[in-house]
Amino acid sequence: MNTALKKELLPRYDVVVIGSGLGGLTCANRLAKAGHSVLLLEHHFQLGGLATWFKRGGHIFDVSLHGFPYGMVKTCKKYWGKAIRDAIVPLPNIVFNNPQFKLTTTFSKEDFIRIIQEKFHIAEQTVVEFFKTVDSMNFYDDQSMTTRELFEQFFPGRSDVHRLLMEPITYANGSTLDEPAITYGIVFSNFMNKGVFTFEGGTDKLISLMTTELENNGVTIVTRALVERVAIEQGKVKGVFVNGEFIEAGAVVSNAGITNTVDKLAGRDQFKESFLEQFDRVEVSNSSCQVYFGLRKGETIAEIGDLIFSSSAPEFSAAEMRRMDTSSRTFSVYYPKTRPEHPDYTIVASMNADYDDWAELDDNQYQQAKQEMIERCIHDLERYLPGIREKIDTVESATPRTFHRYTLHTRGTSFGTKFEGLDISRSLHKEIPGLFHVGSVGIIMSGWLGAINYGVIVANDVDGFLHS
Amino acid sequence: MTRDEIKDVILEIIEEIDEEADFDNLDADAPLRDQLDLDSMDFLDIVMELRKRYQLQIPEDEYPELATLTSCVNYLEPKLKDA
Repeated sequence: MNTALKKELLPRYDVVVIGSGLGGLTCANRLAKAGHSVLLLEHHFQLGGLATWFKRGGHIFDVSLHGFPYGMVKTCKKYWGKAIRDAIVPLPNIVFNNPQFKLTTTFSKEDFIRIIQEKFHIAEQTVVEFFKTVDSMNFYDDQSMTTRELFEQFFPGRSDVHRLLMEPITYANGSTLDEPAITYGIVFSNFMNKGVFTFEGGTDKLISLMTTELENNGVTIVTRALVERVAIEQGKVKGVFVNGEFIEAGAVVSNAGITNTVDKLAGRDQFKESFLEQFDRVEVSNSSCQVYFGLRKGETIAEIGDLIFSSSAPEFSAAEMRRMDTSSRTFSVYYPKTRPEHPDYTIVASMNADYDDWAELDDNQYQQAKQEMIERCIHDLERYLPGIREKIDTVESATPRTFHRYTLHTRGTSFGTKFEGLDISRSLHKEIPGLFHVGSVGIIMSGWLGAINYGVIVANDVDGFLHS
Repeated sequence: MTRDEIKDVILEIIEEIDEEADFDNLDADAPLRDQLDLDSMDFLDIVMELRKRYQLQIPEDEYPELATLTSCVNYLEPKLKDA
């Protein structure tokens, strides 16, 4: 992998991919395998986008390895090979703990159907009908029904059932009860298959295996390479300007945020008024906060679950979940089994967050707000692991500002855009031939599985364009 | 290519996508999706592989032509007659 530009680079590539999130990586890999010359440019020193990790105090902390759907097994095998597929293992214990209910589940369809009947006393027929409805949802179906209306139709007035069904999805992609029901149905039924899975060896191992695969397939990778803009002449893509250099390209795939792509990389003046009107209606999703805890070597903790949905809020509320002082968070608990070769205990608390709440704070307020957030998380964690405070030797935290700094995403969004972003992303190349976008958009194309599959879809578009 | 050759190509591509695909009881006139547990991503893989092998461009609105083995052959026969 190069970190310095020039010399090793060719003056022209068939495709330049800007950004190395899972969508960008997958798109680059597919296009290289299809026989195109591919240059992958990443502004950060590490590949992976939000599929990332960092080292602190002798620990490795995973940022977004919380758990993904079973669909990753097939997707990874097809597009990344068996070594990556074989490292995918189940996360068997998913815990809910809130004032309305406490339960542990495998998060499989079978188990959810059982729980909704036994614990929530809903008739079997209603539960089966609900699952049939969400399983059959497609992105091109009618979008007028909201998730709230869908829940009210099947489980009227049952805020406890709504919470069970919605809370994990709000953590997964920032969506609320007011999004189109189809976005809920598609994501929920992806998860409601065989449960939640993770990558044994951690995010660092996954990205390392992917990097090897990309290099074997001939992708040229350059990190610390910030693309200033996409070169567009007479409405067509010509290449990119990166660290002040021009590199010619037959096609450019932006894995930057869709808003960054239109506003900054291409520039608004390249687009028609009608497109911009539609683009300006795109809403970016919320950002996140995280607190990372590393346990002192030699300390152990009990098995309290792999992923805990913890909240003291009386009912589900997406707004409460984004507040700075929210009591709603997930604890991703990483036991020694996560990295069998480097056994360790780490715990990552994740919360949804609004960029605006954090953006305007001055340095003192910011440090204080972070400290209070850390304190709330430790206090909460003590409920599950009494005495945990004394076992922790490393604490780090991240806010929407941190997410903005590392991803450059507009307002530090950690989930891309709401539903309208999908159309803009899909139609970009119709506005500017040769310019494509891949990345988290439209709620359904987000998360690890969504990002990888979207990378494949866009690779097919780019391949078709380059052959035409 | 003959109809039989096209059929073999399709089955070969599907086998590359899923080596466990079982063609023994395949009904050529029934949807491949249901019989072989293929999803929309698998059909995208077929489209991309046909483009790679034969420079064949299949527009998105014609993907439904690939639904069954017979419809695949009917659709591809004129396009691959010189391949």
